[in-house]
Amino acid sequence: MIKKRIALTVNGQRHEVEVPTTRTLIDCIRYDLGLTGSVEGCGVGVCGACTMLLNGKMISSCIYLAVMADGAEINTIEGLAKDGQLDPVQQAFIDYGGFQCGICTSGQIMAARALIDENPRPTVDQVKDWMMGNLCRCTGYYKILESILKAAEAEAAA
Amino acid sequence: MNSFEFFAPTSVDEALDLIVSKGEDAKIVAGGTGLVNMMKQRLVNPEALISLGAVRGLDGLEISDGKVRIGALCNHQALVKSAEVGQMLPLLAETYSKVATVRIRNFATVGGGLVHGDPNQDPQVSLLALNADVSLRSKSGTRTLPLKDFMVDYYETAIRPDELLIDALVPVLPNNAGYAYLKFLPRTADDYATVSAAAVTVLEDGVLKDVRVAFGSAAPTARRCQETERMLTGQRPTPEALRAAAEKAKDLADPVSDGRGSAAYKKEMVGVFVRRALEKALERAGGAVNGR
Repeated sequence: MIKKRIALTVNGQRHEVEVPTTRTLIDCIRYDLGLTGSVEGCGVGVCGACTMLLNGKMISSCIYLAVMADGAEINTIEGLAKDGQLDPVQQAFIDYGGFQCGICTSGQIMAARALIDENPRPTVDQVKDWMMGNLCRCTGYYKILESILKAAEAEAAA
Repeated sequence: MNSFEFFAPTSVDEALDLIVSKGEDAKIVAGGTGLVNMMKQRLVNPEALISLGAVRGLDGLEISDGKVRIGALCNHQALVKSAEVGQMLPLLAETYSKVATVRIRNFATVGGGLVHGDPNQDPQVSLLALNADVSLRSKSGTRTLPLKDFMVDYYETAIRPDELLIDALVPVLPNNAGYAYLKFLPRTADDYATVSAAAVTVLEDGVLKDVRVAFGSAAPTARRCQETERMLTGQRPTPEALRAAAEKAKDLADPVSDGRGSAAYKKEMVGVFVRRALEKALERAGGAVNGR
């Protein structure tokens, strides 16, 4: 098995790991770095459960190789809360019932975070369009939509 | 996934050297949204992967001499968000915005999409209607090919094993041109099209001076509909003329049955969506279809 040494900065912390070239980014984050908040759902880039940010852009980490991310900055759900304070998106998902079983939640929250970073006051249609690739099989979409809009509102007011 | 060597060249020259030395057992990867998926499913099993992620200077958008030059490593979302592209080639922005989801568009590159050669992709359809060319570079030089000659068959293009797709060149449309890209999505919004169609129309004194039509997802490659174009050029766009010309496009359809529809259904839909794309383009060109 061919391996390669790579460096990743994950949630601000630099890691050096040796990975098989076949390692996907999601597997590297979960099994090599032990950050299991991101999960693999479909494994083909469709469902959004493995959404994280790579150099600030949201990515399907299940169809990206860890070796391709060498040198990149990555943000996962574990890095959102700061000093024991939840991110406004996380807080809104709790306050407005943005999740049910929780499988899709870290991906939903990271996608919502990426949206609000880029567009601080998205319209309902903009949220729907952006979040189209994050599936919730409990089908709690109205609550997710509400949570994201409320999070944007709270951040704008802060 | 089978094990493979991994290379990350930092320049086009270095990448070209590697492509030659590693030969046909190597695959080139950019965003990986197509290739990594295929590798995970063991549809493609390269011995070596040459990543273009560290190559600089191939992701630009440059406008000169009435053409937009899109670097092969420009990602889909950058194109969608480019103010210049939105203004000068709105058909392109509209088309790329319909590809999959933001997550995929963030990493899928323009060049990667073109060499992937899946007939279900969106961009090729509009790029055909826009008369796009692609530039291919090898150690012995650069050649430019019309996109229609670049596309060969299912997942097959005219690129040679020693070549790298460097950029796509797209002529800007005249201000009075109408345009449309329609993607028929009966299942989910992020799916591949059941059938798609692009149209460009230029009206002068109520007559079609220039008309270009292409469809996707219904043949081994996206297809330009020259007979449809011939039937309409120099004509008034009456509902009857549009219908007859759009029907003609069905002759070029050669679809396969799959979860998105039967072959017979897709062929019918080619006629429908080519007509609707023409109608929408004409509407945008300021000339609603005569007789309505």
